[in-house]
Amino acid sequence: MFELLHDSKLIWLYGGVLALLLLSTIIGSVLKARHRADASRSTIDNLNARIRAWWKMSAIFAVAVLTGRIGSLVLFAIISFLAMREYMTLVPTRRADHRTLFWSFFVIMPLQYYLIGIQWYGLFAIMIPVLACIFIPPSIAIAGDTEHFLERASKIQFGIMVCVYSLSHAPALLLLNIPGFEKHDAQLLLYLVIVDQMSDVLQYVWGKLIGKRKIAWRVSPNKTWEGFIGGVLSATALGTALWWATPFTPLQSAALSFMICILGFSGGLTMSAIKRDIGIKDFGVVIEGHGGILDRIDSLCFAAPIFFHVVRYYFVP
Amino acid sequence: MSATHIHPVASLLAAVARGISGVQVQWAGCQPDERQRIYFANHSSHLDFVVLWSALPSEIRAVTRPIAAKDYWESTPLRRFLANNVFHAVFLDRGASTRQTHADEHHFVGRHLIDEMAEALGTQNSLILFPEGTRGTGEKLGPFRSGLYHLAMHRPDVELVPVYLENLNRILPKGEFLPVPMLSLLTFGKPIQVEPGEHKDAFLDRAREAVASLRRIGAA
Repeated sequence: MFELLHDSKLIWLYGGVLALLLLSTIIGSVLKARHRADASRSTIDNLNARIRAWWKMSAIFAVAVLTGRIGSLVLFAIISFLAMREYMTLVPTRRADHRTLFWSFFVIMPLQYYLIGIQWYGLFAIMIPVLACIFIPPSIAIAGDTEHFLERASKIQFGIMVCVYSLSHAPALLLLNIPGFEKHDAQLLLYLVIVDQMSDVLQYVWGKLIGKRKIAWRVSPNKTWEGFIGGVLSATALGTALWWATPFTPLQSAALSFMICILGFSGGLTMSAIKRDIGIKDFGVVIEGHGGILDRIDSLCFAAPIFFHVVRYYFVP
Repeated sequence: MSATHIHPVASLLAAVARGISGVQVQWAGCQPDERQRIYFANHSSHLDFVVLWSALPSEIRAVTRPIAAKDYWESTPLRRFLANNVFHAVFLDRGASTRQTHADEHHFVGRHLIDEMAEALGTQNSLILFPEGTRGTGEKLGPFRSGLYHLAMHRPDVELVPVYLENLNRILPKGEFLPVPMLSLLTFGKPIQVEPGEHKDAFLDRAREAVASLRRIGAA
């Protein structure tokens, strides 16, 4: 079950993540000790809460990846479920959408992950964008309620595309048969997740340290040019430095990590715009224990499918 | 029948309902307490009672019984089993209470209903009551029936706790039997009581407002 533990490169990746977590925990507690009672206190508490959350998320992710393809699939299916649950709760739906939503949660979503499990690439690639997206509008229409019809159909289609279809491309990396890299596909998934998530983290850190000029303050008041450029460049540097764990050359790795960072940023920006639109800011405060999974993975949802297809196009014969 | 033990099926259903509804519970106006209470809430889904019941600590669950409409919950063997054996429901004849609202106050034909509910309260039980009397669409609260008022007058020692259940109408709306697992919220409000000399309709309006004011999403 844990045969991946014999993969020395994977162990190095894990060790690196562990070292990073330890380092940030130390920095977090030093900051906490230094600033006992001043204005920056709430930022530091927030930082430490994030670091604690990262320990938990990394542990769950590490175990899931170690259990192999099934573990990764189950983990991502659960994340898809939780993300779509958040999304559909926030997006206004009507009574007539009920059965379509039931299908989305209990048929379409499991089927998508099942198709990856049985490695049926052809159907995996078209099931949601072609079949599900054609199924959804008539299945709402048959319930007879035409109010805001196009809006409702599109909202459900978008939710499934982002939370299920796009995200499922991350574990689908395990399907790719890259010559000379057959037994190491878990590293590719780890590479994508590390670069993508570190890009988010580093954008946050750079933004907090030197952020001044807002990028799109109407959409997301916390995003600054300094944070964006600093975060993307340092995460690209990190991704480049991880080339040894991938089938890429250092140059290819630099280009791909840069792409992951930019796509991740646009994912975050898109989801922020949606949150602004439906007034989720208040809602996010209300359901504090639940909110947040979509915030965590929005960047991955945009980066995973394109990373998957670029790697498939250039590295799978 | 007194309800001092929890049926295993009840615990199972409570766990399932909590999982499906992802409910986040907030004790905004009071704390969990073993004193006798009447929890009164908005009603829009079959999940309402189970989710509310599951939000209570287990020692309180054991003494908290739902008020169930007799015509609906006695109509099939499964419903009867759930209401009677699993949740120790107190059955109420909705027809009689409707007639009562049209009756002259002095010839109060719903009297025996209040007596039944008071008897169910006994010395240690709490009740869960949906004063709208039926499930609504979840968008707007319906008018409250008078049972809550009469019960409160009959047992002034029992605390009346308003509860708002949010989003459950989207998870399992009336007329559907398969749930969609969205997230929901449950808020316990500040207990109210009948003020000295307060008229029935004034109290019922106030009780309704106490429930409605707990709404957290989409509130005006």
